[in-house]
Amino acid sequence: MDFRDSAAELAFRQRLRAWLTEQAPNFPKSTEEYWARQGEWHQSLHAAGFFGATWPKEFGGLELPPVYDVIVDEELARAGAPPRPSLGYLVTGLGRHAGKDLQQRFLPGMIDGTQRWCQGFSEPGAGSDLASLTTTATLDGDEYVINGHKIWTSYSDVADWCLLLARTDKDVPRHKGISAFLVNMHQAGIEQRPLKMINGVSNEFGQVLFDGARVPASQMVGNPGDGWALAMTVVGHEREPSTLGYAARYEKTVNQLARKSAPSDELAWATVQVQVLRQHVRRRLSEQLDGISHGPEGSIDKLLMTWVEQSVGHAVLAQTGTADLDLFNTYLYSRSQSVMGGTSQIQKNIIAGRILRMAV
Amino acid sequence: MDVRLTSEQQQLRDAAAKLADDLGPGAVGELDDGERVARLEKTVAATGWRSLRSDGASGVEVALVAEEFGRGLVDVPFLGPVLADDLGHGSATIVVGGLAPDARGLGRGVWLDGGSVSAADLGEARPGVDLTRWAAPVSGGATVVGEVDPQRAQALALVVTAADILGAARGAFDLACDYAKVREQYGKAIGAYQSIAHMLAESLVLIEGSISILRYAAWAVDEEEPGVAAEAARVAKVYCAKSAHTICETSIQVHGGIGNTWECAAHVYLRRVLVSTGLWPVSLKEISVGLS
Repeated sequence: MDFRDSAAELAFRQRLRAWLTEQAPNFPKSTEEYWARQGEWHQSLHAAGFFGATWPKEFGGLELPPVYDVIVDEELARAGAPPRPSLGYLVTGLGRHAGKDLQQRFLPGMIDGTQRWCQGFSEPGAGSDLASLTTTATLDGDEYVINGHKIWTSYSDVADWCLLLARTDKDVPRHKGISAFLVNMHQAGIEQRPLKMINGVSNEFGQVLFDGARVPASQMVGNPGDGWALAMTVVGHEREPSTLGYAARYEKTVNQLARKSAPSDELAWATVQVQVLRQHVRRRLSEQLDGISHGPEGSIDKLLMTWVEQSVGHAVLAQTGTADLDLFNTYLYSRSQSVMGGTSQIQKNIIAGRILRMAV
Repeated sequence: MDVRLTSEQQQLRDAAAKLADDLGPGAVGELDDGERVARLEKTVAATGWRSLRSDGASGVEVALVAEEFGRGLVDVPFLGPVLADDLGHGSATIVVGGLAPDARGLGRGVWLDGGSVSAADLGEARPGVDLTRWAAPVSGGATVVGEVDPQRAQALALVVTAADILGAARGAFDLACDYAKVREQYGKAIGAYQSIAHMLAESLVLIEGSISILRYAAWAVDEEEPGVAAEAARVAKVYCAKSAHTICETSIQVHGGIGNTWECAAHVYLRRVLVSTGLWPVSLKEISVGLS
């Protein structure tokens, strides 16, 4: 057991630290600049050899153990750099469920950041109950025609591609009639409607209306009806804090608060929580060395992360109230953590049903 | 970085768990079974785990045994002697605030005063709030018997009490989960209701978070700078104590009326958690904020 860096890990950390020092003058100075230059940041992080730790080299990854992601997250937070792009769930989804041809065509651009992606799962009528989705894909020659309405689609306005779930068969049990597609976002038949969230940001989430958009049948992931299995992989990974690097982001907020204001129990409690998440991520990533692939345990991690983020949000209120707009928006954003990627209530159902074996 | 338990550590944990399951009190009524306690005492003494520190074991190993003994409500001394051994006095037990909290069958206490180790004779040990560990007052005059690194010793004391707390919380949680699967109301197991299921899910998240922070703190006792180790131990103790308190109260609530009776072991876990929380208590005011 060793919580320290190995020699190789330390060398990687020092190389990254030096690179970040060079890059520091270019870090975005405002929220607007952060959103505008997100794609550029992704590409430069990848080009410098610090993005995609665990992914195969043939697709542009580094083929390193998962703990390297922790090093990247810690150093980015330490340097005040933008966070690591959240992409693991898409890469893992395609890695597990797509054929070799689709992987070779799409993964390199996804990983190096030259092609931006969004995820079209949720609908106005299908939130927690995702399997009730009604967007349809109808075969017309060698293409599918897409009709429907997606919501909470992160980065849809800047996306080149969408990993889309749509119903291809209405006559089978609902989980079995769903298929997954890789849809080009630059076409007629797709309308974007940005969503302005409670923190005033409208860059993150969008609504997308599909009205006769088309996708080649060859861009279906797997076979007709395989969409649900892919969706479960994606939402499972979307929940894992180890793939998100949030602990380092929260630490940054706590440190910012400590510099601005006097200590309080709320701030101390947020500090404790952030330390817990940080060590929890290290434990989970180490367990991955055994080849343990977390299933329902991802819900434990997501719930823990949610509590941590919301305690940091409450520390913001305790320390600076409504006085600092940026920090106040950090508090407002924390409220969404118990909803997005599966509500806390859904996570508790999963934990109780699939781990504790309660007949919920 | 690889924070998994080694195979030796897993074996130690499994052995401690088995001992606790075989000879610990399986029910409240067994607390008074003197024959069982005598067998338990003999078996624990034979393991040599009370002198883990002087045998060169790390904080991680001590914490693993403490956690499993807390889970199994082991009602012969471990925490006291293992901390006394860390101060160089294997046959004694630890004293804090003039009281030896884990003194059943033991006549000599040691404690830390700055960097000095003091020792004194103890009075008679009795059960108090904690039904599984008997406390004894210092009765004789104190003599200084040695010197140690106080920060590291303090870190170990916090880690061992936090491990005991986490273990007891796990015991209370297991009890509640078992009960929720068999107790039926309105024609189905109460665990099938989201109101119960969600409380238990929250308890599991608190346990997993506690395991993670405690593992780091236990490793830090011997591997980090003393100041860093002490801070890690404070963070772990605060989190484990707060979590365990919630988990034990949840266990009582899940048991309903029965949970408020003497016969249900939920209160025995709660008592142990609260007593261990009060040994070298840590307040949020002592947590360093914004260091890194």
